[in-house]
Amino acid sequence: MKTNDEKTAKKELPAEGTEITGSEALIFSLLKENVETIFGYPGGAIMPVYDALFDYRDQLNHVLVRHEQGAAHAAESYAKILGKTGVVMVTSGPGATNLVTGLANAMIDSVPLVAFSGQVSSNLLGTDAFQETDVIGITMPVTKWNYQITSAEEIPEIVAKAFYIASTGRPGPVMIDITKDAQFGRMKWHYKKCRRIRSYFPYPKVQMDQVEKAAHLINKAQKPLLIAGRGILISKAEEELMNLVTKADIPVTTTLLGLSSFPVDHPLNVGMPGMHGNMAPNLKTNECDLLIAIGMRFDDRITGRLDDYANQAKIIHIEIDHSEIGKNVPTDVAIVADAKDALSKLLPLIKENDHKEWVESFRKEYKKEYDKVIKPARESKGSDIKMDEVVHLVSDKTDGQAIVVTDVGQHQMVVARNYSFKKARSFVTSGGLGTMGFGLPAAVGAKVASPDRTVLGFAGDGGFQMTIQELGTIAQYKLPVKMIVLNNSFLGMVRQWQDMFFEKRYSFTELTNPAFTKIASEGYGIASRYIEKRGDLEKAVDEMLATDGPFLLEVKVKKEQNVFPMVPAGASVSDMVTE
Amino acid sequence: MEKTEEFTIKVYSENHIGLLNRLTIIFTRRKINIESLTTSEYHIPGVHSFTIVVNTTETMIRKIISQIQKLVDVMKAFYYHSDEIIYQEIALYKVPTSALLETNEIEKLVRRYNARILEVTPEYTAIEKTGHKEETQELLNKMKPFGLLEFVRSGRVAITKPMKELAVHLQELEEATNYTND
Repeated sequence: MKTNDEKTAKKELPAEGTEITGSEALIFSLLKENVETIFGYPGGAIMPVYDALFDYRDQLNHVLVRHEQGAAHAAESYAKILGKTGVVMVTSGPGATNLVTGLANAMIDSVPLVAFSGQVSSNLLGTDAFQETDVIGITMPVTKWNYQITSAEEIPEIVAKAFYIASTGRPGPVMIDITKDAQFGRMKWHYKKCRRIRSYFPYPKVQMDQVEKAAHLINKAQKPLLIAGRGILISKAEEELMNLVTKADIPVTTTLLGLSSFPVDHPLNVGMPGMHGNMAPNLKTNECDLLIAIGMRFDDRITGRLDDYANQAKIIHIEIDHSEIGKNVPTDVAIVADAKDALSKLLPLIKENDHKEWVESFRKEYKKEYDKVIKPARESKGSDIKMDEVVHLVSDKTDGQAIVVTDVGQHQMVVARNYSFKKARSFVTSGGLGTMGFGLPAAVGAKVASPDRTVLGFAGDGGFQMTIQELGTIAQYKLPVKMIVLNNSFLGMVRQWQDMFFEKRYSFTELTNPAFTKIASEGYGIASRYIEKRGDLEKAVDEMLATDGPFLLEVKVKKEQNVFPMVPAGASVSDMVTE
Repeated sequence: MEKTEEFTIKVYSENHIGLLNRLTIIFTRRKINIESLTTSEYHIPGVHSFTIVVNTTETMIRKIISQIQKLVDVMKAFYYHSDEIIYQEIALYKVPTSALLETNEIEKLVRRYNARILEVTPEYTAIEKTGHKEETQELLNKMKPFGLLEFVRSGRVAITKPMKELAVHLQELEEATNYTND
């Protein structure tokens, strides 16, 4: 696809039928799948592959992370930004088990990933050999598919299948475990891309009768509301979404994982739904007469209490994964298909419409939320800097054009609420799994994926320390990632819940932190700035954005700030609280 | 509360290592116990079939079937109420041959329950009974007083009453699917 790596002469792939090793076959298979980047960490059981990789390092860019979990998150982020499959390579045993969190994260957030782990020789399988672990057994619940290769001949076919499965239908992680003897073994080179598997039905064809029913509901709706999820981004249906909602005049709410699928500043964008979403889309969920959910799965953080969720509304669910239909919320019309495919067939049947008053009612609700919550949080008032101020300022300074990566917790919600995304595929976060430690390695992956765009990596002081070792990766590759640590010396989201629901009993949530800027600058040679005074904020942000290389900006923020509004756990979306 | 019923699940799949594990994970995640499980090769070469019996609600079984159907190596999954299938289980009983010789009670039981004697040795006699669980269980209870030595019951095997063949289901699925997104 892209050939930005042509600085050295490419080694030609061998002719079909040439005898090569399994390790070479793996490298050639990756090249055949247009892989450009591998995030990985070598070790005993994968050494033959790393040795083969050494000859092709100009064509296959390998990013050496500092922990295998980081490799998975970096690859997820890379995959999300580019819309192509991320590749991970690790060794057996602990190398593979360290991947598990990343695989689980990719599974629940539908991220295409192919991960390779080395494995002990096949004659040692099951004997508790050094660094042997049952990778297939361990990763089964957190992968879309997994397979153990025990002979060199299997490699091309299985790799082709892995990429096909990971990237098609509802994407997800695939784990391939390769025994050492398969890496050393010899085979005759051949490669054929996988185009179909007889037991796998990735793209259900759009059922036109369902589309007609959906169109009928949309055309007669007085108060329609559309929820856009990550499916829009996966199927690259941003344009179709825009065409549909502007034609029928439908307000759009984008889920956490759907952020950046629809411009934040568009008049029909009414914010984010869910626990820390905006008031309007939550309240109006229980007022609309039609809810159109696309590429989302009615996660409990979006629906709140299910028995009081959109009961009055007809529900259209457009979703590629049939097992999501009716899983949480019963639907009236289900279109089981790729979002882009479904939307392009739906659009011609949709009448131009006008829901001026209805759309206006969202704006009124937003105004209330703005006055009550958003404005005070962004205002430069009070003795301490607030998280919202920082994010809002950074959003302005980058004109909503940056790639934004977050960790998990309060700052994540604050970023989601305050960054004004203008471009698609610009937001990377850990949604379903809520993986603290995701942010820093994900920022690495985003920067590798998109060297030309500004990459902002927001994190809290807790999550930042979960994968802080990836500063080493950033330093080694001089990746110009802009890290912003919003430090409140607390596990802020847990503390907020303790504050609201556990009588302020702050059980083990206060953190004594290291000097992050010292670690960055003195330890890794990464430029940094620590600020705690509001007056220094703008200058520091300017300095960060003007710096060529990586930069760590640590902002000491208000210690006990809660994120509002909020749908308390188990409450209805109608019962948002603002304090 | 929706009522709990007994459902029989039929899964047709590739015969791949680990698939059984992937299937059981779907049940264990939702804390549903598998009452019985039988696997065998189907009459179409290369196709494997699983027959799984669980007690749960119909709402739950629908979600489970959907998640099974989603597995990459699964071709098709169905669930059935008991009246939609013809099913059997096989039970084997081992009793001391002395008990058989002392009275004619065991012989009567064998006749009455349509069981059959598989093997008689000086020490033991092996008896087989095919039927529904209640029937094999009843015979078990009757055998117990005679010093039953061993008992085993197989998982359920079932064929379905609906006439639509698997091949037709698969053809419909194929026709309703695009395999690439180009």
